Amino acid sequence: MNAPATPPSAPATPTVPMIRTLGLVAALCGLIIVGAYQGSLSAVQENKRIALERAVFKVLPTAKSIGEYFATGNGVTVASGETPAGAIRFYAGYDEKGQLAGIAAEGAAKGYSDFVRILFAWVPDCQCVTGFGLVASRETPGIGDKILVDKDFLANFKALEVRLNEDMSALANEVKTVKHGTKTAPWQIDAISGATITSRAVGKGINDASQALLPRIAGHLDFIRNKP
Amino acid sequence: MSARIELRTAPHVKSPRTVETIMRTVVLSLLPICLFFIYQYGISAAASILVVTGACLVAERASTRAGGQSGDIGDWSATITGLLLALSLPPGFPLWMGAIAGLVAIFLGKSIFGGLGRNVFNPALVGRAFVQAAFPTAIASYTPSFLPGRFGEFIPSSLALPFMQPPATDAWVKAMQIDAIASATPLSQFKFEGVVAGFDQLLTSLGGHLAVGPSPLLILACGLFLAYRRYLDWRIPVAVLGSAVVLGWALHAFDPVRFADPGFVLLSGGLMLGAIYMATDMATSPVTPKGALLYGALIGVLTVVIRDFSGLPEGVMYAILIANAAAPLIERVTQPTPFGRGPSSKVRRATYPLTPSYISREEHHAVVPEKGSFKPKVNQ
Amino acid sequence: MSLDKAKNLDEFMEGIWRQNPVFVMALGMCPTLAVTVSAINALSMGVATTFVLVCSCLLVSLLRKVVPKEVRIATYIVIIATFVTVVDYAIQAISLTLYEALGAFIQLIVVNCVILGRAEAHSSKVPPLPAMINAAGMGVGFTIGLLALGTVREIFGNGTLFGISLFGESFQPWVIMVLPPGGFFVLGGWLMFFAWWAKRKEGSKAVPAEGHQHA
Repeated sequence: MNAPATPPSAPATPTVPMIRTLGLVAALCGLIIVGAYQGSLSAVQENKRIALERAVFKVLPTAKSIGEYFATGNGVTVASGETPAGAIRFYAGYDEKGQLAGIAAEGAAKGYSDFVRILFAWVPDCQCVTGFGLVASRETPGIGDKILVDKDFLANFKALEVRLNEDMSALANEVKTVKHGTKTAPWQIDAISGATITSRAVGKGINDASQALLPRIAGHLDFIRNKP
Repeated sequence: MSARIELRTAPHVKSPRTVETIMRTVVLSLLPICLFFIYQYGISAAASILVVTGACLVAERASTRAGGQSGDIGDWSATITGLLLALSLPPGFPLWMGAIAGLVAIFLGKSIFGGLGRNVFNPALVGRAFVQAAFPTAIASYTPSFLPGRFGEFIPSSLALPFMQPPATDAWVKAMQIDAIASATPLSQFKFEGVVAGFDQLLTSLGGHLAVGPSPLLILACGLFLAYRRYLDWRIPVAVLGSAVVLGWALHAFDPVRFADPGFVLLSGGLMLGAIYMATDMATSPVTPKGALLYGALIGVLTVVIRDFSGLPEGVMYAILIANAAAPLIERVTQPTPFGRGPSSKVRRATYPLTPSYISREEHHAVVPEKGSFKPKVNQ
Repeated sequence: MSLDKAKNLDEFMEGIWRQNPVFVMALGMCPTLAVTVSAINALSMGVATTFVLVCSCLLVSLLRKVVPKEVRIATYIVIIATFVTVVDYAIQAISLTLYEALGAFIQLIVVNCVILGRAEAHSSKVPPLPAMINAAGMGVGFTIGLLALGTVREIFGNGTLFGISLFGESFQPWVIMVLPPGGFFVLGGWLMFFAWWAKRKEGSKAVPAEGHQHA
């Protein structure tokens, strides 16, 4: 090797002190991190619970408490920890009397600039979607975010029909976003004129998530009705 | 009167054509278009043109006063920027936003780069791109043309207070009680509703109450005048329109429902204005003949691609801005071969040094020393 | 004693004015452009960075005699990463909304060159007190820089300041200001303003000197 001549420097540090110092620093830092984690854990969990409840209560206004579930291919289980592969996490909202007010699940679809992630509420009694809230979106402010304030658009979600077909394997009618002013069926969403793409993303998000989730939980509604 | 001896370098023979005359002629050629625009939309359009151009002139004056700038308002270039910017905005665009567009166009599009002739991007389009990103709702709100009473009443959105939202014009237009009114441009109607406007309507902008700019036919006529007087490079508009039509035609042949016919592509939106007046801006387009064709073709293709494959209904502005950015590169790769070099020669630059000594030898008919005869002189 | 105080003040002011991380050194541009869509985000980011900066510089300074120079960068990174993790948990515990608004940029404080730059160039060579004072000055300077961007972007982009509406309901937001290009425009504007100011100050100093020469 033809390395350039190094300038004369202090004698190299022996290996053992290097390792000792690094170990010391690492141990010190480890202590600080674990301390911070332990100290903040309860507050973080409380925050997360409040945030989740707030989101679910927003789409299910009658709900007063929530339960978390996983829907897998074989049935529905009460959620604990991370979502296992293949399972879909959803939330059940219960009213004051402990009756099932509705089910909230997340849906996502490509919008104008990125995925629009929404939380929507599905009520088993009417087999319809009664509201949605935004989890995350990067739609153009002033255009795409009209989906949360446009009155005509929100009127779609008074009772958007999301009904399962006879053998409960798929939706009877696909939820579809149609051009502004051309809504004819209760399972269609009337898009906002000027924000068609974002409106379409909302419809597709609801449709895709319902197609995946509802057939799985259709046979287990009684299990969900019992508040855990 | 004492004779004055001027000492200056070549060129000594000058054409009477100066920056001022060119710019003034372009402004003159724009006047019929502006008048037609005012005829279409009434006093709102007139106010918009005045305010936007005024803002451009104020910005130009301020930045030339601040120093470090070439040019001044006397060279008419800021006037052109203002007029083009106003023509590319909706007629009912709030005047305060128009003023911001004008200020941004000159400050950000021109002064930052050093003034006239040094800007990389077309200033009018920089201004428009800024307000398009800042006020996407207002810039998409068109009103129908040829409304009754347009010379006596402003479009309500024009007079929005500074920094305040313009009122929605839908109700105002509805109160006019006119049949077949469209408040969306033909391009957005096609994009979002699949409606194709009629060819002759688009050509003259006269039929119905289309929400369109001045007639493409008029713009074309003014452009022909400029091209005939050699004030613009005919290659650029020809390449822009040609490539847009060819690509539009190919796509239309492929899927007539999804893609509009080439006539619609050519006459809708700002393609005509962009091709003739904005793409041909001398400072931001390539000077080489091949480069001009390539640059124009890039704009035409990008316009069609943006219109058909993106969420935006119109793409001329971004197409021209992208091509502006590519112009220096296009210029480099399309340098013409110097005379005397074979077409196969890879050398794209003149390689002989233009040193003063070399020139003076030629001028004095000095005997050019033969190869290898340069020897270190020894003082004798 | 007063000399010490003056020196400390100078150390502190270095980061705020002469070596301002945002406007003079143009360091840490990633959070500067990304999280300054609102004043509160900018302030939180600034405070978080200041905390990491002060704690890391203190620890680096304390350990400056024991850390061999061969492994110093690794040590600094570990120390900085530790405090970033602490801040990460702290923000989660304080407000999840804020945590989501700042997003990945909290974790990215670890690669903010202001911090590693301070640790390497300053705190590893001086005792704890001046190291902390200097770091605090840098942190405050960084926060001021972020706030300068955040306030302008929030006022134009949303019509509010710290969430308080300034212009009433019908304000027209400038959407571009909360989009990435707005960050560049506002940063460019501030840089231009400070360059102009510095030039003017230089000019006002130079002119009397010139006059004196002529006299």
